[in-house]
Amino acid sequence: MISLAGRDIMHSWGKFVFTGMGLGLLIGVTLSMAGIYRGMVDDARVLLENSGADLWVVQKDTLGPYAESSSIYDDSWRGIRSISGVADAADITYLTMQVRRKGVDVRAMVTGITAGGPGTPGWPPYLIGGRQITRGHYEAVADIATKFKLGERIKIRRNHYTIVGLTRRMVSSSGDPMVFIPLKDAQEAQFLKDNDAIREQRRRTEENSAFNRPGVPGLLDAIIASQSINTYVNAVLVRVATGHNPDEVAESIRRWKHLTVYTRSQMEEILVGKLIATSAKQIAMFLIILSIVSSAIVAFIIYTLTMGKIREIAVLKLIGTKNRTIVGLIMQQSIALGLIGFVVGKITATLLMAPIFPKHVLLEPLDSIFGFIAVVMICILSSIISIRAALKVNPAEAIGG
Amino acid sequence: MTEKGITIVGVKKRYGSGDTAVEALKNVNMHVAPGEVVGLIGPSGSGKSTLLKCLGAVIEPTAGQMMLGDDLIYDNAWRVKDLRALRRDRIGFVFQAPYLIPFLDVTDNVALLPMLAGKPNAEARKQARELFKALDIEHRAKAMPSQLSGGEQQRVAIARGLVNRPPVILADEPTAPLDSERALAVIRILNEMAQKFATAIIVVTHDEKIIPTFKRIYHIRDGVTYEEKGEGRSFE
Repeated sequence: MISLAGRDIMHSWGKFVFTGMGLGLLIGVTLSMAGIYRGMVDDARVLLENSGADLWVVQKDTLGPYAESSSIYDDSWRGIRSISGVADAADITYLTMQVRRKGVDVRAMVTGITAGGPGTPGWPPYLIGGRQITRGHYEAVADIATKFKLGERIKIRRNHYTIVGLTRRMVSSSGDPMVFIPLKDAQEAQFLKDNDAIREQRRRTEENSAFNRPGVPGLLDAIIASQSINTYVNAVLVRVATGHNPDEVAESIRRWKHLTVYTRSQMEEILVGKLIATSAKQIAMFLIILSIVSSAIVAFIIYTLTMGKIREIAVLKLIGTKNRTIVGLIMQQSIALGLIGFVVGKITATLLMAPIFPKHVLLEPLDSIFGFIAVVMICILSSIISIRAALKVNPAEAIGG
Repeated sequence: MTEKGITIVGVKKRYGSGDTAVEALKNVNMHVAPGEVVGLIGPSGSGKSTLLKCLGAVIEPTAGQMMLGDDLIYDNAWRVKDLRALRRDRIGFVFQAPYLIPFLDVTDNVALLPMLAGKPNAEARKQARELFKALDIEHRAKAMPSQLSGGEQQRVAIARGLVNRPPVILADEPTAPLDSERALAVIRILNEMAQKFATAIIVVTHDEKIIPTFKRIYHIRDGVTYEEKGEGRSFE
């Protein structure tokens, strides 16, 4: 038996291909949405992975440093370092801000890293060009997504930094590329005020009789000095020594330092479950809407195509065609339309949308397989209305009268 | 009722019930022998289409008997379980418009019926091509319906009606869209095919051009058939 659906498609291939392409663009958007969600999750995991930490020590009762603000003293790491099972501990600050380059703003997560070397928690684990930061001030390593070049000068707050190294896939959970600078610079940048504000603060402190006491020389200077320095960091990243259980080490830090400690799995849960949960819900909603729209479009197209063949279907039924042959004709066409749409959609998502989309789009093969199954299921379900209409056609319609 | 061809005795068809019931066929009696082409003529609303649908096993009569060849197919109820197979294998249809499947070429339009009956594609196509020479469409075997003239399309439709060698063909105004010359050609072909394949052909028509060609005519009026001898003119 010949394939009636195949012959019909070959006969009006232009209509099928163009309709399939239109559907494909919609499927491409759907796949890209799934890819954006995967990209967000991947960014969160990469952020944790690349930090080189096993534990995140943050301000007590906060979800910091990514989901909530967190401040702990910048010397906390010393005490943490002395706890059994801690191999290394390092301060870290995160500040998402606009970094200026030649008058153009680039949104980036400025990360303050402590002095050390490759392997120190918080440091970029690898470079694709240049070198790591070796000086205590005004050097930066940037993710390539910032489009900064080696040797280029960028401005963070009032200070200028030279890009000495470039790294890759170092992004925040919201996809902003990271710029690493020395910790002290980052601490300063976090709370740096403009000169007028500093002068105003000094004036107010001087006018405060509690701080400006004639009988206590040096008090005012000490207070003013303390106002212009930042002794806080957002978190301490801890690497656990080999052979130690991160949960046990975390419990020790909690008990002795009165701080909140998160293990990697807990931090991943915070990032994926809380930080990007709203975005994930929005994307899921978009996916549902796009799936419904795709279904409606397939159903409408197949219904229109079927109604255009109603006389032929009546003739086919009159000359003894089995219902399953007619069902096959409609369903195969619907699936073929879905297949064309899926191929176009996959190509669109992979070659067109993923490379140019401003966020990381991660197209997982498993998502494509699920997408393919969903498209086939949608096509089968969408053809039901048309099949019902076709099966209702009375063969007597071919005779007329 | 042992004669072959198609025989109809006392067939009735009522639509609806009670006060709104319409008796479309009141008493239909017909017999068309193998190799014979008869005309079925009647004004609009006389019951022609209803009769054709009953004969074509598309709607069920209310009462009567119908025989196809030696088989009693209706006796106050269908005696055949698979009406779809009955239509496919034992009744040929030729419509007012050819109603060819637009996405199949001429060969597959005709071969579709044997294929539906389960024959292998190659065998079905061979069976279809055997008819093409007789119908003078051999050279159009690979053409698509849209590439054919009206006359050629109707000849393909006749081939489709004949391809399973049914004992009866029901032709519903097969010459309506054709000019006189082509209409006569179609009737000539139907007569030739009826002779060649011993098929009983019933042609429902209004077409004044072709009515004189029938040797026998059934008139239907108010659901009742009357037999009349036709002129049986030559097709030239």
